[in-house]
Amino acid sequence: MEIVVSILIGLLFATAVYLMLARNFLRFLFGLILLSNAANLVIFAAGRMTEGAPALIPYGALTPDGEIANALPQALVLTAIVIGFGLFAFALVLAFQAYRSLGTLDSDEMRVAEPREEIAGEARE
Amino acid sequence: MSWYLAAPVAIPFVTAVLAFLLRNGPAGRWVSLAGSVALLVASGLLMAQVIEHGVIAGQMSNWEAPFGITLVADTLSAVMVVITAITGLATIVYGMGEIRPRIERLGYHALFHAMIAGVCGAFLTGDVFNLYVWFEVMLIASFGLLVIGGNKAQIDAGIKYVALNLVSTLAFLSGIGMLYGLTGTLNMADLHLAVQEVENQALVTVVAMLFMVGFGVKAAVFPLFFWLPAAYHTPSFSVSAVFAGLLTKVGVYALMRMFTLVFVGDVGFTHEILLWVSAATMLTGVLGAAAQSEFRKILSFHIISQIGYMTLGLALYTPLGLAGGVFYLVHHIIVKANLFLVAGVAQKAAGHNELARIGGLYKAAPFLGLLFIIPAFSLAGFPPLSGFWAKFVVVKASLELEYWFIAFVALLVGLLTIYSMTKIWAAAFWKPHPDGYEPKLSRIPPGDLWPMLLPIVALAVMTMIIGLFPEVFVQLAETAAVQLLDPTHYVETVLGEVAR
Repeated sequence: MEIVVSILIGLLFATAVYLMLARNFLRFLFGLILLSNAANLVIFAAGRMTEGAPALIPYGALTPDGEIANALPQALVLTAIVIGFGLFAFALVLAFQAYRSLGTLDSDEMRVAEPREEIAGEARE
Repeated sequence: MSWYLAAPVAIPFVTAVLAFLLRNGPAGRWVSLAGSVALLVASGLLMAQVIEHGVIAGQMSNWEAPFGITLVADTLSAVMVVITAITGLATIVYGMGEIRPRIERLGYHALFHAMIAGVCGAFLTGDVFNLYVWFEVMLIASFGLLVIGGNKAQIDAGIKYVALNLVSTLAFLSGIGMLYGLTGTLNMADLHLAVQEVENQALVTVVAMLFMVGFGVKAAVFPLFFWLPAAYHTPSFSVSAVFAGLLTKVGVYALMRMFTLVFVGDVGFTHEILLWVSAATMLTGVLGAAAQSEFRKILSFHIISQIGYMTLGLALYTPLGLAGGVFYLVHHIIVKANLFLVAGVAQKAAGHNELARIGGLYKAAPFLGLLFIIPAFSLAGFPPLSGFWAKFVVVKASLELEYWFIAFVALLVGLLTIYSMTKIWAAAFWKPHPDGYEPKLSRIPPGDLWPMLLPIVALAVMTMIIGLFPEVFVQLAETAAVQLLDPTHYVETVLGEVAR
């Protein structure tokens, strides 16, 4: 099972990097969300996978009987998903705002903060 | 004991909530100020505890380490929390004169304190995943602060800042996942022990590199710094001062923590990389600054070059080197935040931030000139200011290890820093104003001017005090360095009897 997930993670990373190399900021963002899902899967796979053994303790007992799935990676992934979702929502709004005020999503064209014609010692308008 | 540790995180959060609720009136501003003062008091108490007891640790909700989340304060953490509180207070006071009610209504103070909470949390946590969470708290609040007000340059800068920082976070997160897969624990003290027992040490080094890249982007080291000079000159001066002072330093702190506590299995490899990265960071930063002609852009590039000195202290990995790195952190936060604050006053008095379009500030306000000279010369490393001692310790440590070339680079960068500082001095303060415009401090309403000058004076005095009485601070830095290099005490405090 880990092998399949590992290959999936590799594919996700590769796709994400490919998308993030694009100049279009929106494509970059899609790459980013793939990357964040890949990172979440890394955590999930790193916690080892146990099939068909939910992390439940029988009623009245203090310890589980037998081997159960590792619950910690699930908690971590859940946290990471929530945080990632918040950040992605912000980034998406930022992209929209950038498109509205700068008129482009091409990162090469975004030169307001760092004007291209700026040369040391010369005034710029 | 836990209360001392939780207070520097809880106070800014409570302040943020209150300030958000009261954001529409002047009350929010005063709550924000009160919160900053309270944080300073809490951080002072924490510092006193740490000086008295050495390392202190608290288990949140009484879940024993390594299962629960641990907050730990050793000397480095405590020092960083104190300096965060000082910078936060200085910036909030400055903001009383600079930040307009329109920006306050957008939630400026709430974002500010949420960011401070993230910074303090990152300094105090003893859990790698929790460190990630604090990084995110700090990041998302800083995104908001960067684009608040939303002019074009800010949005443009925001895109670059957000994009590169998110990538670094994901590198860090993947690193955490793999580290957990290798060791089965996330508690840093427990990791210190668990990492040594991993059979395949090469894998640990691979994971270490993911952490190094993740933190390297945050710390803005060569070649990962490009987001910084793209962003730091666009927001309000209060925001850029607190960014310049604190944010990159969280990255440096995280590097120092992880590469002394966890990733020390292959120092010859990892720290050798850090060494050359530091040298390249110092050089590219200072050369980048020489090519700039805008007040804050010059200062931004200098942040990068100064980061090099701090990571150099870590890369040397000797008690003296680390002490130098820690001393440099403290000195740099005060000085750099102060220079950005001075840039704000200069801009308001002279009407612009582009060096070619301002001038005559010395004639108009000799006192402001003095206030610029102190942090500027301190940055360049003039005795008897704090920067001299910081550079002295780092250079001495590299000479002791016979890294002649690195020591040479460190000294050369100091010299080039003077070049940039004199450039600002000559252009902004000495030469007459190109448009024949008389810069005057009286152009700033006195109600705005005094809150802006007060923190500048206070931070300049602090630089002088560190410079004139360096022994106390060097000793503190040495204590921090000794604790970093020999984490036995740290591990025992966190894990209690569990420690083997």
